[in-house]
Amino acid sequence: MTVHQSFPATDTPSRLSTDKPLSVAILAMGGQGGGVLADWIVAAAEGAGWMAQSTSVPGVAQRTGATIYYIEMLPEREGTAPILSLMPTPGDVDVVLAAEFMEAGRSMLRGLVTPDRTTLLTSSHRSYAVGEKEVPGDGIGDPDSVVEAAGIAARRIVAFDMQALAEKNGSVISATMFGALAGSGVLPFAREHFEAAIRAGGKGVEPSLRAFAAGFDKVAGNDRQEIVPKAPGKDLPEPPAAVGVPALDALLARIAALPESVRPMAYAGARRLVDYQDPAYAGEYLSTLEALRAEDERAGGAAKDWRFTQTAAKYLTVAMAYDDVVRVADLKTRSARLPRIRREVGAKDDQLLGLTEYMHPRMEEVAGTLPAWAGHAIESRPKLFAALDRIVNRGRRVRTDRIHWFLALYAVAGLKRFRRGSLRHERETEHWTRWLALARDTLPVNYDLAVAILSARRLVKGYSDTHARGNSKFDRVLTAVPTLRPQAEGGAWMERLIKAALLDEEGKALDGALLTVASAFDPT
Amino acid sequence: MAERSFVREVEELKLGEGEIFRGEGILAITKALLQSGVSYVGGYQGSPISHLMDVLADARGVMDELGVHFESSASEAAAAAMLSASVMYPVRGAVTWKSTAGTNVASDALSNLSSGGVTGGALVIVGEDYGEGSSIMQERTHAFAMKSQMWLLTPRPNLPSIVEAVEAGFELSEASNTPVILQVGIRSCHVHGQFVAKDNRRPAFTLKEAVENPRRDVNRIVLPPAAYVHEKEKLESRWPKAIDFVARRKLNERFGPDEGRVGLILQGGLYNGVMRALQHLGLADVYGACALPLFVLNVSYPLIDDELVAFCAGKDAVLMIEEGQPEYIEQALSLILRRHDVATKLAGKDVLPRGGEYTSQVLGKGIGAFIDAHAPELLGNRPPVPSADAVLAAPEVKALAGVVPARPAGFCVGCPERPIFAAMKLVEKELGPHHVSADIGCHLFSILPPFNIGATTMGYGLGPASASAFNVEADKRPISIMGDGGFWHNGLNTSVGNAVFNKQDGVIMVVDNYYAAATGGQDILSSRAENPERSTNNSIVAAVKGIGAKWVRHVDRTYSVAKMRDTLKEALTTPEKGPKVIVASSECMLNKQRRVKPIFAKAVKNGERVVKERFGVDEDVCTGDHACIRLSGCPSLSVKHTADPLKDDPVAAIDNGCVGCGNCGEVSEAAILCPSFYKADIVFNPTKADRWLARARTRVIGFLQRRRDARRVSFA
Repeated sequence: MTVHQSFPATDTPSRLSTDKPLSVAILAMGGQGGGVLADWIVAAAEGAGWMAQSTSVPGVAQRTGATIYYIEMLPEREGTAPILSLMPTPGDVDVVLAAEFMEAGRSMLRGLVTPDRTTLLTSSHRSYAVGEKEVPGDGIGDPDSVVEAAGIAARRIVAFDMQALAEKNGSVISATMFGALAGSGVLPFAREHFEAAIRAGGKGVEPSLRAFAAGFDKVAGNDRQEIVPKAPGKDLPEPPAAVGVPALDALLARIAALPESVRPMAYAGARRLVDYQDPAYAGEYLSTLEALRAEDERAGGAAKDWRFTQTAAKYLTVAMAYDDVVRVADLKTRSARLPRIRREVGAKDDQLLGLTEYMHPRMEEVAGTLPAWAGHAIESRPKLFAALDRIVNRGRRVRTDRIHWFLALYAVAGLKRFRRGSLRHERETEHWTRWLALARDTLPVNYDLAVAILSARRLVKGYSDTHARGNSKFDRVLTAVPTLRPQAEGGAWMERLIKAALLDEEGKALDGALLTVASAFDPT
Repeated sequence: MAERSFVREVEELKLGEGEIFRGEGILAITKALLQSGVSYVGGYQGSPISHLMDVLADARGVMDELGVHFESSASEAAAAAMLSASVMYPVRGAVTWKSTAGTNVASDALSNLSSGGVTGGALVIVGEDYGEGSSIMQERTHAFAMKSQMWLLTPRPNLPSIVEAVEAGFELSEASNTPVILQVGIRSCHVHGQFVAKDNRRPAFTLKEAVENPRRDVNRIVLPPAAYVHEKEKLESRWPKAIDFVARRKLNERFGPDEGRVGLILQGGLYNGVMRALQHLGLADVYGACALPLFVLNVSYPLIDDELVAFCAGKDAVLMIEEGQPEYIEQALSLILRRHDVATKLAGKDVLPRGGEYTSQVLGKGIGAFIDAHAPELLGNRPPVPSADAVLAAPEVKALAGVVPARPAGFCVGCPERPIFAAMKLVEKELGPHHVSADIGCHLFSILPPFNIGATTMGYGLGPASASAFNVEADKRPISIMGDGGFWHNGLNTSVGNAVFNKQDGVIMVVDNYYAAATGGQDILSSRAENPERSTNNSIVAAVKGIGAKWVRHVDRTYSVAKMRDTLKEALTTPEKGPKVIVASSECMLNKQRRVKPIFAKAVKNGERVVKERFGVDEDVCTGDHACIRLSGCPSLSVKHTADPLKDDPVAAIDNGCVGCGNCGEVSEAAILCPSFYKADIVFNPTKADRWLARARTRVIGFLQRRRDARRVSFA
C-alpha cells in the first residue's frame, strides 16, 4: 500500500520574492589588487543604482597567498535593504574572476564554477607556487587540466594573459580584469559606470583606465575563446644543407647521413659543440654518434625510430658541453648579452646599465682549468691545495661592465683553446665514456634500458654541492642497471627511478624507488 | 605608519547627522565609537581589526577635536588594563584586538575588570578570527564571556546592526556595571556596506576631569573580602540588570511569522548565511521575508530565559544554530527548556557540523535536515538547491586536485626575513638539523616550503620561552625565533628575561623588520621611522643587553647571508653558556617599497641621478637544478620552460616584480650555487661623467667583443 503524505500548500511562497542577487567571486593572490578590484565593482554597481556588498577574508593571506573576494549586487528597491550573503555558495555564482590560471583551477575545485550560470574570466598567465618551483625537475602544473575542466564546468570562458596586457599599459592586473569584466557584458552596467569607479578610486587613474580599455576591447564583441598559451616548444629545426663555411658544411654532410629522426637533435648537438669549443670537437661528437648509430642498427634500432641514437645525440652533447669556468666566462662576455639584458630588465635607451655577476670560484674549479698534469700535481698535495683554496675560495662580485673585470673574464674565456688539455676535460671525458660504455653494453641485451641509461644523464646538473648531489643521484640510479638488465620492463623502471630522483633535493623519493626495484627483482 | 594610508577613511569618520557612511564593517565600528561619545580607545592590531587601529592612528585631527585619547597598546593585556579608567569614572572606553589570541593575552586584566565592575561603559571589540582566512587556533570568545561574566554581543552582519550594537553596548555596560564584548567575524569586519551617520559626540565627562579629581573605592578592588562581594554582585545585581536592559531594549530580534511548528534560533552573526540557506530552500527571500520564525541572538550572553521560553513554547522543535564548539548556547538552552518544563525538541549540532565555519551551503544542509525531520511540509515541492556536486564529480574537475598547487601565504618579494632562513638552512647543512621554536609573525612562514624550518609556535613573543625546557647538557643547542613585534609585545620579558635568568643555553634570533609587519606595518618601539605621536628608534640590542644578555650580536643587514650564516654558526658553537641573542635587522620590503617608490619616482621626474637595482638570470648558464629557489622562495624568482632542446627542466627566471634586494646574489655566493645570477644597476638620468665613462668602457669592451665574434665559427 502506498501512503500519500499530503503537503498542505503554504501560502508563503507566493509572498516571497524571487529576486536573486548577481554574485561575483574574485580569486587572487595577495598583492594582486583583488581588494581594489572588489571595491571598483561595488562602486560601479552603486553608480548604476544597485545595492552592492563585498566581503573578503584577506588577513595573513595578503602575503602572497590565495585569497577570495566576494560581491553580491541587486537593483535598489525603495525602503528595503536586501540581505546579502557574506560568502559564495557552490553552484550559485554568476561570475568568477581569476587573477592567475591555476587560481581558475582552484575556483572550479571549490565548486564556484557551474555550467548552468558561471562565466569564468581568467588570466591565462602563470605565477608558479613554491611547490612547483622548488623540485629539482619539472614541477610545473599542467595548464591543460584547467582548460579541460573549464570546458565542462563553465558556461562561458574568457581567458587571456591579463597580466601581460596590464604591464603593456603600465598598470596592474586588476585594471585589465575589470576591463575584461566590463567588456564581457555579464554585468548589466554601462562602460561609464566602470570607468567612473576607477576615477573615483583616485589612484593611478590614467594607467588604470588605459589597462581597463585594453581589457575591455580584448573581450567586447569578441566571443572567440582564446587558446591558452602552452610551454614553448623545443627549438629543433631541420639542419640546412649547407651554410657556406667548409668546416661546418662537412659537419652538415655527416648529419645528413644520419637517420632522419636523429638529424634535428644531432644538428642541435653539433651547433652547441661548435659554439662551445670548435668544429673539430663537434666532429668528434659526430664520430661517436656514428659509432652508436651502427650499434643501434645491430640492435634493431631502425624499427625503433633510432631512439638510442636520438637520445645519445642529446645527452652526449650535454656531457661533452659540460659547464666549466671557461664556458661561463665566455657566455658572460659575449656581445649579444648586453642588449638581451637591457631588454630583460627593461632599461630604456637613455639609461645606463651596470652589471655585477655573483661568482664563487673554488680551488676545484681553478685546478680543473689547469693543464691535467698541473692539476693533478696540486690535487695530490692536500696542504698546498688547501692553502690555495683559502686564497681562491670566496664570493666575488664581478663587474663585467668595467674594463678590468671584463678583461679578466675575457682572458678566462680565451682559455678555451687549452680546454681539451685540462684536468676537468680529462675527468668529464672519462666520466661520460664510462656512462656511454654502460649504455652500449646494455644495448644488445635490453634496448629500452640502454635508452634510459642515456636519459639518466639528465640528473647531472648544477654547480658545486648541487652538482655533487646530482652526480650521486646519477650514480645511484645506475646501480640498478645489473638488476634491471634481464627485465623486459627494465627501461620503464629506469625511467621511474630518474623521475623519482628529480622529485626532491635529498633523493628520498629515489631511495624509496630503489628499494622497490630491489624488492621486486632481487630474489634475496 | 601602517602600510596603508587611511586619509580617505578618516573623512568618513567626520560625517554628521543624516549623511551616508559607506565603507568596511570595522570602520563603521570606529565611526560608531565616536558617535557614542567614547573617551579613550586602545588596542592591539591584528586581522581582522587592524583597520580600526590604523584609521584612528591617522585620525589625529578628529580625535583631538573630540577630546578622545587613542593609544596603540603594547599588547592586548595593556589594552584591557586601560579599561580600568572606566572603573571609577563615568567615561566610555573601547579596546580592540584579534580573538581568541588577543583575549588570551588580555584575560588577566579582563578578569579583574569584570570582577570589580565598571561605572563608565567599557567595550571590548573582538575580531573573531574563525573559519576561512583565519590565522589562529579555532576557539570561541564565548568561553571568556562566560567565565568572567562579561556580556557578549553578536550583532547581525550589516553596518546598521553593528553600529547599533556599539551604541547599545555602552549603555548595557553602564546599566549593568559590566564590561561588554562586541564580537564581529572576519567577513563582517571586511563587509562593505552603508549606514546613516549621526554627529560625533564629545564625552560629557573628560579624562582630564577624572585625573584631576581622583576617586577611589576599596570595594572595587579585587581583594578579599571585596572579591566575594563582587561575585555576589555579579549574580544578584549586574546579571538581572543586564537581563532587564536587553529585554527592555529588545536587543534580540524576531523575524518571520509569529507562529510556526518549528523555529530557528541563531547568533546574529549568522543571520545572512541562514537567510541565504533558507532562500535556497524556498523559505525566505532576499529582502528578508521568511516562512518560519527566527529568533536572532544579537546578545549571545547572557541568554534571556523568558524570551527563549516564549519563542520555543508551542513549537514542535527548534534548531539552535551557533558556530564553533563547544555548543555553549545549545547547552544553556537545553537547561532553560528543562527548567521551564518546555517540551519542545531541541536540535543543534546533531544536524549541523560540530566545528568549522557555517557557510550557507553547510547551513542549508543542516537546516534542510532539521525541517525535513520536523516539518517536511514546509519544504513544499522542494526546488533544487544550488549545488556543484555534478561538476565536482566530473573526472576533468577531479583531476585538478592533483594539479592546482597549494598556495599558502609566504614571504613577499624581497622580504628581508628570507635570507635569515636561507642562512639557517646553510647552517643546517653544515651542523645538522636543530630544534627550532618558532613564534607568531611573518617569520612563521619559515615552517613552509622551501625552508621547512620551525617545530612549534606557542604564542606571540613566546618562541624563546618555548625552547626553555631544552636547557640541558646536549651536543646541540635549540634555536628560537621571535619577531620585533613579539619581542615588544611580550618577548623581552617572558622570553629573553626568562632565558637570562635561567641561563638558557640556546640561540635566540630576533627578526627585526622595523614594523609589526604581519598585522599591517604598524610602528613599534624599535621602528626606525620618526613618528611625532610615538617614541620610536628604541634599540632591541640595548634592551636585551639591559635585561642582562651578554652574548649579543647585531646583523644590521639581513641580506648579508654569509654573515648571517657565520653569526648563527658562532652562536651554536661558542663555548659561552647562556642565551646567545642575534638581532637580525632589515626593513620590511613591503613597507619599504611603499615608502621608497614615490620618492624614487619623484627623483626620476626631477631629473636626479638615481639607480634602480634588479636581478636577472643568464638562461644559458642556468642548468635548471632550482637550488637557488630552494634557498629563497621569492615570488619573483620563478622558473620558465626553455626552447633549448638540450635542457629538460625549466630554468630559473626573475620577473619584473624584482626589487633588487640582493638575496639571490648573496645566497648563490654563500651557498656556492651557479654563477647565472646578475645584478643590473639601471642608472636613471645619468650624469655627464657617467656617460663619458660608459662610452669609454663600451669602446674597449666592444672592441674586444667584436674581435672575438669575428673569429668565432658558428652556425648562427
